[in-house]
Amino acid sequence: MKADRTPLWLGIGLAVFLGGGWLIPAWAQSLAILALGKGLVVLGLLLLMRCGLVSFGQGLYYCLGAYAAVSISKIFNLPPSLLTSDAVVMPLAGGIVAGAVAFVLGFLLANYRSIFFAMLSLAFSMILYGLLIKMSVLGSSDGFNITYGTAAGIRLAPGAHLFALYAVSVAMVFAALLGAHRFLSSHTGRLGPAIRDNELRVEYMGASVRNVVHLNYVAAAVLSGVGGGLVALSIGHIDPDLAYWTTSGEFVFVAILSGTTNVAAPFLGSLIFEWIKSVAYQYTPYTWQLVLGVALLLVIMFLPAGLWSLFGRRGKGA
Amino acid sequence: MASLVSVLIDGIIYSSYLFIIALGLTLIYGVMKILNMAHGSLYALGAYVAATLIGAWFNAGLNPYGSLALLALSALLVGVIAGPIIERGLLRFMYGKDEIVLILVTYSIFLILEDVIKLIWGVESYTAFQPYGLLGNIDIGALPYTVYDALLVVVAVLVGVAVTFVLTRTRQGKLLVAVIHDREISAAMGINVGRVYFITFTIGTMLAALGGALIAPKVSVVPAMGVEVIVLAFAVVVIGGLGSLPGAALGALIVGLVRSAAVHYLPEVELFSIYLVMALVLIVRPKGLFSAAEARKI
Repeated sequence: MKADRTPLWLGIGLAVFLGGGWLIPAWAQSLAILALGKGLVVLGLLLLMRCGLVSFGQGLYYCLGAYAAVSISKIFNLPPSLLTSDAVVMPLAGGIVAGAVAFVLGFLLANYRSIFFAMLSLAFSMILYGLLIKMSVLGSSDGFNITYGTAAGIRLAPGAHLFALYAVSVAMVFAALLGAHRFLSSHTGRLGPAIRDNELRVEYMGASVRNVVHLNYVAAAVLSGVGGGLVALSIGHIDPDLAYWTTSGEFVFVAILSGTTNVAAPFLGSLIFEWIKSVAYQYTPYTWQLVLGVALLLVIMFLPAGLWSLFGRRGKGA
Repeated sequence: MASLVSVLIDGIIYSSYLFIIALGLTLIYGVMKILNMAHGSLYALGAYVAATLIGAWFNAGLNPYGSLALLALSALLVGVIAGPIIERGLLRFMYGKDEIVLILVTYSIFLILEDVIKLIWGVESYTAFQPYGLLGNIDIGALPYTVYDALLVVVAVLVGVAVTFVLTRTRQGKLLVAVIHDREISAAMGINVGRVYFITFTIGTMLAALGGALIAPKVSVVPAMGVEVIVLAFAVVVIGGLGSLPGAALGALIVGLVRSAAVHYLPEVELFSIYLVMALVLIVRPKGLFSAAEARKI
């Protein structure tokens, strides 16, 4: 058996990304943070899709992650603290809150498959949207602005904010990649594709399908929560649209675009998506969705395993 | 007491047009097993066509009552143009794929149609208010309602009755029911399944467009209208049971009444209440209220 080289490659990648971050212009850093944050959400969808589940409500956890930290302090009227101004604490708090909610909802959703899973997750995300849009303490439909002044407790020098957030995003993404890689090559992780292929057999072999689905669901939510937190900090503003179904649809779109064969694929897919979107939006503001729609159709028809299948062996399948 | 009556009436009016839209969605799902995410865009398309035709009609100074016929005409137009283009041009190459993949295919149609609408009509809002006030008002209790709204309810009931009649009393309808029940056996028995799919999708499109055309005089027609309505239509069909006709009626009634009760008594929970009901129904009866028992196939 070959030694697992992936951690080594991830380490090299981390160093390259951190070093390279100094060289790229500010707009590229912002774009990269968006792509990394949304890539985390898509990585979560990848975990679910490996189990054969497509969630049309991942916006729920994305939005929770973005709102969590500041909302907690707003609702309970806490004094300013790390929770409301730290670039590391806020996304992590988002991940924890999202994971906790997913743990509860997971008991229900783990029983659902196919379009019923898609519809119930959609309903939950729309419930959050409906709640937020009427909560005046959280800014209703306008949302509110968020800022950060420290990273892991260290006060950021003026002008260092963007790169600090970039570094935090890169570090979190590589930690997530390492974790996801470990998980997917573990016993439990390998049950996912088995469940997609034939649930009944997995049960007969003595594994609990429910528990595996539940675990993947919570993991996906934590990733989405952290991703939501990072994107919120990068944009500096959050509103209930983060939970709207079109946001969730966008994530599914990127997941299909990327394919489920490699844990790094969501980040490549997400980067390409953000780039297409920003370019198309700049030049043809009324047809960028059309471009995306056609791209999605082409991928479904000609690259059913996603863009990642362009590299490496063909025919491995999603 | 008066407010209870108005909750009921508002709810029923709202349900009527939801029913027309959801009927198309549930029909397409029942026959083709496609949860059509582009349904909301077809609805928007119907509204735009209706608004354009009505605008031109009144500019030309023609008999105002003729504008009511235009509403039906716009639904027909969208149905026979957009329906076949989407079904023959794209969907038929996708049959046999996974249900989730089919959702994604219709999601890309949704993305494309949203921009096609913007390209044709721009991003300004359109209005076609004239037919709404045309027929005058009726008073129910102390509250005035337009005859147009009353007519909307009648149209919804007629559409429901007509579809039920076709499905249960005509040859074509029975063929359709056979396909709903088992596509493969139907094909083996000599039913032209492709043709049934084609007709179903066209009729479904027509119903979506009819919903849009009927609502056009009541609202201003704007680009985002399809995005909002599609999740509502999902809620309706999921509550009633996907693919079930009486389910769509019951689902529409529930969503309509819940919404109007929320609007009247607790406006803060308006949007949230509908999805709460949807989630609750899915939790208690995962396949909706009117779902048929399904034989397990291995």
